[in-house]
Order: sequence, then structure tokens, then C-alpha cells
Amino acid sequence: MASTIFEKHSPGRKGYTLPANDVDIKLKNCIPNEFGRKEDTRLPEVSELDVMRHFLELSQMNHCIEKGFYPLGSCTMKYNPKINETLVRNDAFNNLHPFQGEETTQGALEIMHELQNDLAEISGFSKVTLQPVAGAHGEFTGLLIMKAYHKFNGNSKKNKIILPDSAHGTNPASVILAGFEVVEIKSNDKGLVDIDDLRSHVDENTAGFMLTNPNTLGLFETQVEEIANIIHSVDGLMYMDGANFNAIMGIVKPGEIGFDIMHYNLHKTFATPHGGGGPGSGPIGVRKDLAKFLPIPMVGKKDDKYFLDYSHADTSLGKIHSFFGNFAVNLRAFIYIKMLGAKGLRRVSENAVINANYIQKKLEKYYDIPFKDQYCMHEFVASGVWQKGKYDINTLDIAKRILDKGYHAPTIYFPLIVPEAMMIEPTETESMETLDDFISAMIEIAKECEKNPELLKDAPLNTPVRRVDDTLAVRQLNVKFEL
Amino acid sequence: MPFISNTDKERKEMLTAIGVEKFEDLLTNIPGKFLLQKDCCLNDAYSELEITRKISKLAAKNISSTQANAFLGGGIYDHFIPAAVDHVILKPEFHSAYTPYQAEVSQGTLQYIYEYQTMICDLTGMEISNAGMYDGASAAAEAILMATRKTKKFKAILAGTINPLYLEVIKTYTAGVEIELVVIPAKDGLVDLDILKKAVDDETGCVLLQTPNFFGNIENAFAVEEITHAAKKALYIVAVDPISLAVMNAPSEYKADIVVGEGQALGNAQNFGGPLFGFLATNLKLSRSIPGRIVGATLDVDGKRSYALTLQAREQHIRRAKATSNICSNQALCNLAATVYMTLMGKEGLKEAAVQSTTKAHYLAEKITELDKFEMAFTAPFFKEFAIKIPIPAKDIIMKLQTKNIFPGIDLKAFGHEKMLLIAVTEKKRKCDLDELVKSLQEVTNG
Repeated sequence: MASTIFEKHSPGRKGYTLPANDVDIKLKNCIPNEFGRKEDTRLPEVSELDVMRHFLELSQMNHCIEKGFYPLGSCTMKYNPKINETLVRNDAFNNLHPFQGEETTQGALEIMHELQNDLAEISGFSKVTLQPVAGAHGEFTGLLIMKAYHKFNGNSKKNKIILPDSAHGTNPASVILAGFEVVEIKSNDKGLVDIDDLRSHVDENTAGFMLTNPNTLGLFETQVEEIANIIHSVDGLMYMDGANFNAIMGIVKPGEIGFDIMHYNLHKTFATPHGGGGPGSGPIGVRKDLAKFLPIPMVGKKDDKYFLDYSHADTSLGKIHSFFGNFAVNLRAFIYIKMLGAKGLRRVSENAVINANYIQKKLEKYYDIPFKDQYCMHEFVASGVWQKGKYDINTLDIAKRILDKGYHAPTIYFPLIVPEAMMIEPTETESMETLDDFISAMIEIAKECEKNPELLKDAPLNTPVRRVDDTLAVRQLNVKFEL
Repeated sequence: MPFISNTDKERKEMLTAIGVEKFEDLLTNIPGKFLLQKDCCLNDAYSELEITRKISKLAAKNISSTQANAFLGGGIYDHFIPAAVDHVILKPEFHSAYTPYQAEVSQGTLQYIYEYQTMICDLTGMEISNAGMYDGASAAAEAILMATRKTKKFKAILAGTINPLYLEVIKTYTAGVEIELVVIPAKDGLVDLDILKKAVDDETGCVLLQTPNFFGNIENAFAVEEITHAAKKALYIVAVDPISLAVMNAPSEYKADIVVGEGQALGNAQNFGGPLFGFLATNLKLSRSIPGRIVGATLDVDGKRSYALTLQAREQHIRRAKATSNICSNQALCNLAATVYMTLMGKEGLKEAAVQSTTKAHYLAEKITELDKFEMAFTAPFFKEFAIKIPIPAKDIIMKLQTKNIFPGIDLKAFGHEKMLLIAVTEKKRKCDLDELVKSLQEVTNG
């Protein structure tokens, strides 16, 4: 295991250069003694080479897209084009300050304006804000739009948000943050929203419904129109969690099938890098009459000039981010959309769906696939119940064995409604050979469960560290190096 | 098609393997009337060469703050970033990696977050840091939610001198829940301690102070601590500029309970205000109330030192509606940039950046106030940013100097202060840059 950077510290070593200070003023004349730091920081003193070797060593312990396949359901780990990285590294973007005058930021504003419009067009919504910086941030924004809408209509009873039991964990957490109550409804035996259960929970207090479509089982909610009618009949709003938007671009538009609000995950669908957890971007699209509630500012255009538009400040939910969201992330998505065009985006979704169905088909004899009688969209959920029942092998063991084969593990134990779940999403950027190799590895693992179950209990064997004790990490909490 | 691997031939083969003839056969779950009959209305696909030209053209419509002589701050600062930072964050193993849920293949990410947490704790003097939030504003908002939830007291008192953008975001974050926000007015650019003292009572869940505050002024964080902790349970939240901590009190010195701030200044470019990242640190007794990810050191089955996400029972993917926050994606790569930055700069480098920023800011303030009709807006000590009263509307100065590629500062009119300019200085400024601003201010107000 790599030592920490703090153990590489050698007093007096430097990893930076700065010009000499050319003003003759002393610090003690600037900051009163009582506000001066009592003890120096203990940041490491290392050379630039020390730093580069350290982080190279760390990097080699990570899986990443360029190293191998990520069959990670609902996370859309597709390849991140290199041209994006080249083009965003431009002084005219990197060193643009958000308080600069609009006359000096026209290029950036134009990009934002065009991206707002392109995202609206792709999803069938009227207006898009780029301000939310993550999916959950978008959810929160969408829920605040619901709040603002009901308040605007003088409807104070609307305090409940309904969501299916297959929803992402962020959904209920966002609902609480926005100050609503969560009402969870069941999925039916087809893995879709149970309409009867929905009806029995809808009443005058229903503020809205949150649905991932295709849902977290990778199934398109075929009754979406009926669901929307039920929710709209009590003046509730339909929210689409766009985590799975990679399945339907150019195929259907959420804004045309009953949804009123949706967030996009640009770090999933639009190929911006995940960065080990972020930064992402979670823009929100809304139908026309909800645009007045969007965060301020929007980017507007008048007489060929772009400007920060605060004109709806009176009705807006306010600001959700200090400035305009993750501009540099949005720029990458902008480039991606431009390079794919309408036909390309549809092709993205088509191939994502084909890739997922291909794996589902090839694995159906080896793993329980609860909803295999339906074609999936861009992902599907397999289950380790056969392996669990016959050989006492858990899905966690299978996941760890997958790591040994050079792949990232699928999303596991989610959605909660499938026991021993493994949610598999290949994305369109993976080739048939990669999928075939992965399928072979999964089949091999299924056979290992039978012939050599100990191997799975011991897995992973080939990774930089073996199975990590996360209970110990909680029991003996150690969250910083003792300097 | 770019970035899509399979050819038409392979597609066909796969469709056959699935048992269908064409792609559309897979869409049985989608009602036919919803299927789009025509393409979305977007530009034709650009080749790499064409998009490169388009982006260059768009970039040329911006004037960056490095092409100009810029003095803009307000939370986002143009500090020096060593070149090595970008080389590290561009490594695909960091750049295109997923959230480190699978610890065995994510040790690189987990270890740098552990190192990041260590450095944030070192700067702030706190015991535990999370792995980052969206920005300083959302970190402040989450700290208020955390404090009020913990104390079960839903009155949050905010110094009126905090960054007004933070205040906006805090209002949005607390709109849905029953939290009463009380904003204490400013007196000579600092929070009014008398009014604060009267406002803090046993119903108070937390007090939020920012130092240096929005105007760059150094608040008396010790006095505010006394007032805060005189109340029964109130937690003391302090927002800080991480660069300032190289030379200013670690917040532990004035007994802060939760420390937050905008981390952009640590190795992240301005990028038109995003991506940024917020930091949040506190003491161990509040560890189970923290929002967001936390990494802990542990062992693997062979007893080898390793790292894992810890205290996950707070998080949305486990606790759902009972989570401490809805945050999932954070700004991890920005935290990596900060970690590499702090590592390269080290103890001495961060101090030098802080010292040069503040001494150069004081030189500039001195020179500007020597001009006729320019004076300091406040008498309080300041760090690297200061407000000046100017003889004509700030907008006029800004517009005139912009034509000479000088961005003199932020117009404080939008924040309620007429004829006032907020000027920020970093170590990147040379004396000649400072003198150029002084000279131009003189010219523009004389002319």
C-alpha cells in the first residue's frame, strides 16, 4: 500500500516557485496579531517529482474507463471523449470570472444559451436551467419548482411526493430536503409502477410523482400516460429522474409523454467524466408554465447579445448555486451534443439498448433475470439468488470476483426490490468484443460458484488490496492522518 | 458515429443473437404514439476539426481575466496554480473513475480523499472533514441544516456580512423546511455584535459568521464565539477562505463547531464560476450528522492498510429519506486538484500565497486611497480583498476600464452599496499591475 504524502515530507523541500514579493509591506501590518495563526500548518513539504510519483502510484490503484469496462447500472459509465478535455482547457474559459461584465463573456453565455436550447429540444421541454451541479441537486431544484408551483396557485395542502420503491436513494432524500413527505408505492410483478397502489395513495395532498423512466430495472414504464393522468388529475406534477436518459434520446421525449420536470445527468448521458464522484451537472428541463420558477439567472438573448436574465426573479425559486452551475462540465456536454447531432444521439441510445439486451440474453441461463420476458432498455437487473440458494454465494462475492476479472462490479443490491440485485449497464461506447469477454467472465464466475465457491468467498485476489473491512472503518474511525 | 464502437454489421449480429430483426422490435414497452417520427432539431454533427473551430470562435468572444488586469473576487479568486495540478487530474485513473464504492479498485481515489481530509483538518484545526460539497454556498447551507437538525433548534442566525450569494443559496436550501433565518446587519463592514448578542438566545441552533467576510474584512471571530456559545446549544459555523488559513487563525482557535468554505482558490481555475467545491469540517462529536462522503482508513483481509467510505449509514443510498443530505455526486476531481495544489505548495507555499495576496492588497488600498475622493469603505482590518468608496458610480468605472482590459472589481450596488467597489488581489499581481489600476482609476475619475 502506498504511504501517505505526509510520510514523504522532508522539511524545506519545495514543489512550487513564486516570484519574489515586489511590494514592501509586512504581514504584521496587515493582520492584527490576535487574528494571526498561532501555529503553522503542517502541509507536506515535498518536491514536484515526489508529488507526481505519489499521485501516479495512487492512480494505479484505481479502475477507470480507459482501463476497463464498467457495467455499472444507472451510472452510464461511457467513454469520455478526449477532445472535450483539450477544448475546455482554454484560457478564455478557465480564467473567466463570474463577476466579469457580460460584454467580456459573450462566448460563454452563447454556449450556455445554446446548450439550454439543445437540451430542451432533446427532451421536449420548454426551458432548461444549467444551474444544478449534480443529479440530486437537480432533483432538489425540481422539487422546489413543484413547491413554488403549488404555492403560486395558493395550494397549501400539497405536501406529499409519491415515488416507487425502485427509486434511487437520492429521490426520497431530496423530497425531505425540499420539505415534502415521502409516499412510497409498490412495483408490480412486471417491475413497473403498480397503478392500483398508486391510485390508492393519490389524493388532494399529492404534490407530485417522481419516476425514473426507464426505471431502475431498465424497463420503460409502459403506463406512463395513465400515471401522468392520475397525477395531473389532482394537479400534481410529474418529475422524471433522468439518470437513465441514455436509453431514450431521439426515441421519445419526456416532455411529450406526460412529464413536467426532468433532470439530466450530463456526467452520465452526455459523456462528461465522473471524476471519481464529481463534478457532474444536473440541469433541469420544465414545461412552459413552470419556467417562471426556474433558478435565477437564466441565459437570455436579445438582439444577438447574450445576457444573464433575472427577469423572473419575483417568481423564481432563487439561487441553487453561487453562480451558473458547473460551466466547464456543461461545456463538455455542449461539445458532445454538437459532435453527435440528432442522428448520433439516437444512435447512442439505440446501441446502448442493443448492448444491454445482448448481455441480458447471453446471461439468462446462468443468472436469474427476473424480468427477462421483457426487452430491457439500456440496462437490466440480474439477481444472484440462484447462486445464493445453491452455493451460499452472495452477490457481494460475485461482485468482488468480477473485480478479479478486470472489470468494475455492476451496481449491486439495488434496486431494493430485487434480492441479490446486480444492475448491469454496458453503454453504447463498449464494443461487442468487450461485451463477449464480459459475458464469458460472468459465465466463468457462475461455474466457479458451483466448482470452487471458496474462490468467490476469498475474492478479490488480484486487486491492489483484498476485501476491505468497512465495519472496522466505522468502529475505529480514522479519518485523517496524525501529523 | 463518434464514440460508438459497434458497426452496422456487429449491430445486426447482436440483434440476431437477441432474437429480433431490427432495433425497433426492442421497444415493445413504449406506446407507439410516443415514438418520435422525426429527428430532434439540432445542428448536423460536427467533426473534431469543425467543433475545434467553433469552440475557438466562441472562446474568442470572451476576454479572460488573465488577458485583462483583473481584480475580481467575491468568492472566486485567481490564485496561482502550478502546472502539475492539471497533469494529475487529467490522469484517466482519476478523471474517468467512478465514485469509490468498490474500495478494492478505488484505493487511489480513497487515499487522496483521506489526504484531502487530513489537509482540511490541518488548515481548519478540526477533527473530521467530509469529501466535499458543491460549493461554499451549499456547504454553508448544509452546515445550517446539520446544526439545526442536531440541536433541534430551528433558528439560524447569520451575519449580514457573509457573501450575499451564500445567503441566497441558504434561503433556497432552507425554504422547504422550518428554519427561521435571522440576518444580523453590518456595522462598519463587520457584523454588529450588539445586535447579534440580543438575537442569540436558547432557541438558536447556530450562528454563521464569515471571516474574512464578503467585504474582505476580518471579523472578530472570538467575540462572536463568546456570544454564540453563551446560548444553550447553539453551534458556531464559520465560513473561511482556505488561503487565509495559512496566516490567519485556525477556526479551532476560536472554537468553531463547523467550518465551511469555498475551495476553488485551492488549485481550481475560475471557470466562469463552476465547477467549484465546498469544504465542511467539524468535530468528532458531530461526525454522524455530517452530510456527504467521508473516507476512513482501515485494513483489508490480509491486514494491509487500505481505505473505504465510512459512516455510510448517514448517506442517501443507505438511509434514503432519513439521510443527513441528498448529496451523491460531489466535486471529487476539484478536491483532487486542491489536494495536489496543497501538496505542491506545502506549508511555505500556501503561506507565501497568503502573504503576497494580503500585502499586495494593502499596498493597493494604500495607493488608491491616496487618490482624491477615493477612500476605504470600512476601517476594519482586511485580508486580500477590500471595499472602497468611489466618487462616481462603480458601473461607470467598470465600463470605462473594461475597454482598457482592466477589470477593477465588483460593483457593490447590486448588494446595496452605491458607489462602492470590491477589489481583490492575489499573489499573481505584480506591483506594476497594481500601479496600473491606480493610475487608471485616477484617469477615469479625472476625465
